[in-house]
Amino acid sequence: MSGSSGAVVKFAVIANGRAIERSAVPQLPPAELFAAISEAARAGLRVASYFGMADADSDSVSLVVVLADDRQARLYLGRTHMRGAAFESLTPLCPQVHLFEREIAEQFGLRAVGHPWFKPVRYHRSYRPGYEAFSEPDGEGPTIGVTDFYRVEGEEVHEVAVGPVHAGIIEPGHFRFQCHGENVFHLEISLGYQHRGVEKAMISGPNKRSVHYAETLAGDTSVGHATAYCQVVEALSKCQKPPRAQVLRGIALELERLANHVGDLGALSSDIGFLPTASYCGRLRGDFLNLTATLCGSRFGRGMIRPGGVGFDIDEPIIHDLLTRLDAAERDTTDAVDLLWNTPSVMARFEDTGPLARDVAEALGLVGLAARACGLARDTRQDQPSGIFRFAHVPVSTWGTGDVFARAYVRWLEVQRSIDFVREQLRSLPPGGVSSCVGPLAPDQIAVALVEGWRGELCHVALTDGAGLFERYKVVDPSFHNWAGLALALRGQQISDFPLCNKSFNLSYCGHDL
Amino acid sequence: MLDLIRARLRQGCRTIAYPNAPPPPLPERFRGRPLIDASKCPDGCARCAEACPTQVIDLRDGIRVDLGRCIFCTDCANACPADALEYSRDYRLAVRKRADLITPSASAVPSGGELELAAALQGRLRKLFGRSLKLRQVSAGGCNACELDVNVLNTVGWDLSRFGIQFVASPRHADGLLITGAISENMRLALRKTYDAVPDPKIVIAVGACAISGGPYAGHPEVANGAEGILPIDLYVPGCPPHPLTVLDGLLRLLGRVGG
Repeated sequence: MSGSSGAVVKFAVIANGRAIERSAVPQLPPAELFAAISEAARAGLRVASYFGMADADSDSVSLVVVLADDRQARLYLGRTHMRGAAFESLTPLCPQVHLFEREIAEQFGLRAVGHPWFKPVRYHRSYRPGYEAFSEPDGEGPTIGVTDFYRVEGEEVHEVAVGPVHAGIIEPGHFRFQCHGENVFHLEISLGYQHRGVEKAMISGPNKRSVHYAETLAGDTSVGHATAYCQVVEALSKCQKPPRAQVLRGIALELERLANHVGDLGALSSDIGFLPTASYCGRLRGDFLNLTATLCGSRFGRGMIRPGGVGFDIDEPIIHDLLTRLDAAERDTTDAVDLLWNTPSVMARFEDTGPLARDVAEALGLVGLAARACGLARDTRQDQPSGIFRFAHVPVSTWGTGDVFARAYVRWLEVQRSIDFVREQLRSLPPGGVSSCVGPLAPDQIAVALVEGWRGELCHVALTDGAGLFERYKVVDPSFHNWAGLALALRGQQISDFPLCNKSFNLSYCGHDL
Repeated sequence: MLDLIRARLRQGCRTIAYPNAPPPPLPERFRGRPLIDASKCPDGCARCAEACPTQVIDLRDGIRVDLGRCIFCTDCANACPADALEYSRDYRLAVRKRADLITPSASAVPSGGELELAAALQGRLRKLFGRSLKLRQVSAGGCNACELDVNVLNTVGWDLSRFGIQFVASPRHADGLLITGAISENMRLALRKTYDAVPDPKIVIAVGACAISGGPYAGHPEVANGAEGILPIDLYVPGCPPHPLTVLDGLLRLLGRVGG
């Protein structure tokens, strides 16, 4: 740890789910901030968030970084002040900032000089009038899907382009493969089709849409993102949540994980044509969603997580009903999923397909189950716990092979642990209320919340202005970190394995595009 | 092999009997069609409209509710001091015309106003699509929840294909589009091209508050406030997201397989 403490000695330190005065975050010269980020990353810290922020004077932009020290459950905050229209890219030294730098460039018209992969992220105009990093010669903003795609030249090389409209009921994105026969040399993923301007719309909040924006950042992670949003608001208003509300939030979060993991195990089976588990898990996903609907009326947990606590309490008959149905779902899921590991044709398709090396995952800053499947024991519930996870421990599930099998098997391990958690918490719900009042937000503060959503770490950062309104609201969905992992997992694979590899990551387009 | 057979026997047949039998029970807290009793409204009270995040409630002439904008949160009901507003468990919400999503003034209809539920396709379209409807789904600027709960209709529990309805990979093979999302500017062209690639005659189904009105993103410069005005829409299925039963009910009404 001594290495990292040296790098971040000048940074402000906070715990997950806390707020501090903005003035307490030290402002470093750009070169010093960049050096500190790169040194901290080398010492094992992660870049949880790194973003720009418009200054009152449009000639300059502030950059804010949040580094996560998972071994000490600490977050480090630093910032700098940039003038002009360019900055020196840190990506060659610290690859995990690659997409953050592209995002900063796109949002604030700051070119990242020396970035090895300098392209738009979501294809929109800059937030800073007069500064565009990717503008067309005619002064128009970038056009979606139009960029200098990486190409492999050669007589027998061919290119396959897919999307934005795909062959199933899924979200839009564009994928380009450079292939030699069936073999993929390289996959480039170009997104932005789901961009609907949520981060920008959060500014000047909180208002009556804010919590609904949080719930729809990624529909399958409504509970996770709403929890992160509420933790930010509660940190900024110094609101204490009742213990019962914290437990109910944890139950809702784990039910969300269960529904998605079980659904993904079914979808993975479907992609290899193993129909028994595909059929059973497709139905069982619905059973877990319906448990969430019993809590709050919505299969996606809409309305459950609210600033100050939760929107719905549960009584004894509901608890009994949930426990009974959880037992039945556990029995059927075990029955369905065990078929996978005992069927040689399934294992032959899962094993060694789409492997990602641990050091690559670490360098890219992967999070969540994709990282855990590469052997990285990263889990916000353990590393930076908040809410009920400070008191109830959920063991971290890892597997070392980094392939489709690992991503499937880690899901199964987590399904079992989440069921245990939900059962235990339902049996020991603390008494008391489920909501407390949320006052106005404190002015001139910065708050950070990390939540382990089912894909991985959700990071929300809010900075308030002098009136206690959001001056900047930054969201990092785990997909933002992990899409690059999918691209690299495809290298050297057969193009026909793309659907299987893609499903094994199952990343969010809307969570990335915001 | 024996394990497979054993599992198959244990898992049993799980397809719902609906529409030949009543649909599966919805959760107690399910939020379906909102009901308003305007006689309970205190004079001059506008708290429901003020609390609504998506401008669903219009108080200019009694109370009118635009279900096309509603994201079925509870903000209005929570703000109401007189319990005049509640969400029923009525899942039937699909209509054929945008105007039918705006409930008549509740002061005139104390129960909160019935919806003019979707009428079946008629004539040639009914003949063509009534027993075989192939749809291409286009996701364009939403949160993916609508897509997920449309996809659920393909699971064994719902088994959409027993009605002859299937989602197909190519617009060339499709009889129509099922659209979700607020239509981001970045998807506008791709949506248009997909629509143009579907052979005539074709239908368009808008699923979810985003596709109908922009949903929570209404008014953002990055989106087009839904498909209304971009493509001709034949069926509107409100919700955020609509329950699979609401989507299925709408599809079956359109094909004349469910009525009343």
